[in-house]
Amino acid sequence: MERIDIHPTHAHGVFKLRAGRPLPFGATQVEGGVNFSVYSRHASSCTLVLLKKRQSEPMAEIPFPDEFRIGNVFAMVVFGLDYDNIEYGFRMDGPYDPQAGHRFDSSKILLDPYAKVIGGRDVWGGQPDWNDIYQHRGRIVFDDFDWQSDRPLEIPTEDLIIYEMHVRGFTRHPSSGVKHPGTFAGIREKIPYLKELGVNCIELMPIFEFDEFENSRLHPETRELLLNYWGYSQVGFFAPKAGYAATGKFSMQVDELKALIQDLHNNGIEVFLDVVFNHTAEGNEHGPTISFRGIDNQTYYMLTPEGYYYNFSGTGNTLNCNNPIVRNMVLDCLRYWAAEYHIDGFRFDLASILGRDPWGAPLPNPPLLENLAFDPILAKCKLIAEAWDAGGLYQVGSFPSYGRWAEWNGKYRDTIRKFLKGDMGQVGEMAQRIQGSPDLYWWRGPTASINFITAHDGFTLADLVSYNHKHNEANGENNNDGSNDNDSWNCGWEGPSEDPNINALRSRQMKNAVALLMVSQGIPMLLMGDEIARTQQGNNNAYCHDNELSWMDWTLLKSNADLFRFFKNCIAFRKAHAVLRNRTHLRNHDYVGSGYPDISWHGVRAWQPDWSGGSRTLAFMLCGKHAHNGQTQDNYIYVAMNMHWEAHQFELPHLPQGLQWHVFANTMATPPEDIWEPGGEPLLEDQQQCLVGPRSIAILVGK
Amino acid sequence: MEINVNPVGQVMVIEIAGEIDSNTAPQAQERILPLVQPGAKILLDMSSVEYMSSAGLRMLLSMYRQITRQNGGLVLVGLAEEIKDTMSITGFLNFFTTRDTVDEGLKALA
Repeated sequence: MERIDIHPTHAHGVFKLRAGRPLPFGATQVEGGVNFSVYSRHASSCTLVLLKKRQSEPMAEIPFPDEFRIGNVFAMVVFGLDYDNIEYGFRMDGPYDPQAGHRFDSSKILLDPYAKVIGGRDVWGGQPDWNDIYQHRGRIVFDDFDWQSDRPLEIPTEDLIIYEMHVRGFTRHPSSGVKHPGTFAGIREKIPYLKELGVNCIELMPIFEFDEFENSRLHPETRELLLNYWGYSQVGFFAPKAGYAATGKFSMQVDELKALIQDLHNNGIEVFLDVVFNHTAEGNEHGPTISFRGIDNQTYYMLTPEGYYYNFSGTGNTLNCNNPIVRNMVLDCLRYWAAEYHIDGFRFDLASILGRDPWGAPLPNPPLLENLAFDPILAKCKLIAEAWDAGGLYQVGSFPSYGRWAEWNGKYRDTIRKFLKGDMGQVGEMAQRIQGSPDLYWWRGPTASINFITAHDGFTLADLVSYNHKHNEANGENNNDGSNDNDSWNCGWEGPSEDPNINALRSRQMKNAVALLMVSQGIPMLLMGDEIARTQQGNNNAYCHDNELSWMDWTLLKSNADLFRFFKNCIAFRKAHAVLRNRTHLRNHDYVGSGYPDISWHGVRAWQPDWSGGSRTLAFMLCGKHAHNGQTQDNYIYVAMNMHWEAHQFELPHLPQGLQWHVFANTMATPPEDIWEPGGEPLLEDQQQCLVGPRSIAILVGK
Repeated sequence: MEINVNPVGQVMVIEIAGEIDSNTAPQAQERILPLVQPGAKILLDMSSVEYMSSAGLRMLLSMYRQITRQNGGLVLVGLAEEIKDTMSITGFLNFFTTRDTVDEGLKALA
């Protein structure tokens, strides 16, 4: 049966039209044509601009007849369009009154905020035509990818092991050996690597369309071209970056990304997106008008009473997330990615901005965060907040979570780093961090805590143990950018060293770091390349480097094979032991009658931890009978951490009758005896005590 | 875009030359679908296809499904390396049986 509302009723030149439907917003294929829908609270009129792909002059300009407007929504069906070859945009007319917040300019062609495919940067780094008046162009999406039986994996949160990855950086280096370096297709070729490492979730740094040429500049001395490489600056929220797709030049990035996600899911790996709703690529009043500023400036941006742009993001503008219209757009966006791309989770950059009202004041009950926490489509997605912003709002432990949001636990990072480099006064804090930070999340459980030691912001793990200071001169900002609070320690020399002792210590410290991460309650997150000691030569803010400084060097897999093996076995150990992956907080007492508390603390003497300020030794034991609140039976695990510069004998707690201590890992030992495959641990010769070397960690299994 | 149809025994060998995109895909469908009888065996010789757009890929898959629904068989022969690569990257290649030469294609349909 044919629909009865699919025939043209109007015409504009050669184009046949009909009144459109407001929903869905954006450009949608309908029978015989395309439905265009865009809204603006303050525009007085709107014109649809159609262009032939990549041509500079518009092919047609069709004003939306006023009778096609419903409320503030302009909706129109245009018949007979060639989906493969057209691009579209809007001209919006309205007041130009910056103090009142209005910056309408009908000389500009504007990108549809709901554009599902964006053209103009089809190939990464391809020189744009700077004379083109319409740089980022909407295209029509084919959204009928056949997922077959694919669905988000819904891996239990406590079982996640997250790998933070930059799409281009992962395979762009020639050593990657993939057919299409630096692309979604490239990631697919490396799925066997990810499986071998053992991670079950990749968190992709921003993949929404962004402009790599934003703020592009030549380094004042080296004359190297610096680009917007990380991508924390969105041009649109509904389109994947064409330049990240091998088939971007054919506009097939949507299918390519979906095929990647499908393949990852088939291999048991979830996909999280790093999303940036705190600002857009339009900057402040001096930045380019791409979309939002021209569509409805006053709605989309937080503005001062004089009409300037509030800057809580540090980048020029702040998206007005608790304006009801913008709130809906953010919700639409996340629902779109969850439903259409089967995304498993989202990490929100500078999430504290999402809890500010339109004038910047923090809200106790932010409607947007509440909406996201209760939305039915997002109900099984993991939601992770980077719980601070650039305006001074620091909410780690107090982010409005509605029982759903997890947080990047900056305190975990800081505590572990301080402990690793031998700072005093850390053992008490360590006890909290190892347990999943009950001091911060006592009413939530460990799954609220994303534990990480490194992330894209800051040093890589290799650099954390090789540099005391940041070295960002290559960014061309006189080393003023990037964090100064790195809590790093260079192990005795700044930068690369030939000294075998220093290198042995560095290697050991990296193993200490991943060992701690994997035996802590909470959700571990690794930084791409830490498993092979990727270095950025001490640059802790490599956001502008599309070059070897930030690309993953796959030759390190061979030269650092021991380190990779250590990471791989630590990850496998975590997966093998439920007692490391509890959903609820440890109680520090015996509630199943095993004779042991679920977690107990020790020092160099069993049952006698040294909590004093000068202590650098700590050990803990997990009772296997308490795994998952006693529902799962696991082995006993004992971890001894010695961050002192001298070796210490750790007296071991006794195990129940019949069980004996086996050595899983000892970071002091020379490979391959530094770690064993889970299940293959050798018997510890001396069951009474364990010698733990200086700045080392030993992990024992009682079975 | 040009289409030539040659029966070879039980199999319809259809040569396509040129580009398959939103403009030419409907023509291809109009030419080919009437040949799809129950149990039809169709060999698409793609060795002279220079380019397939998103619309072209979809037309091909759609045609494959219609043929399969009629208990027929479809083989794609002679796909250019770049097109095959694109189909693999976008998830389309999995659906099809492909061969390098017409002879191998005929054998696959036997």
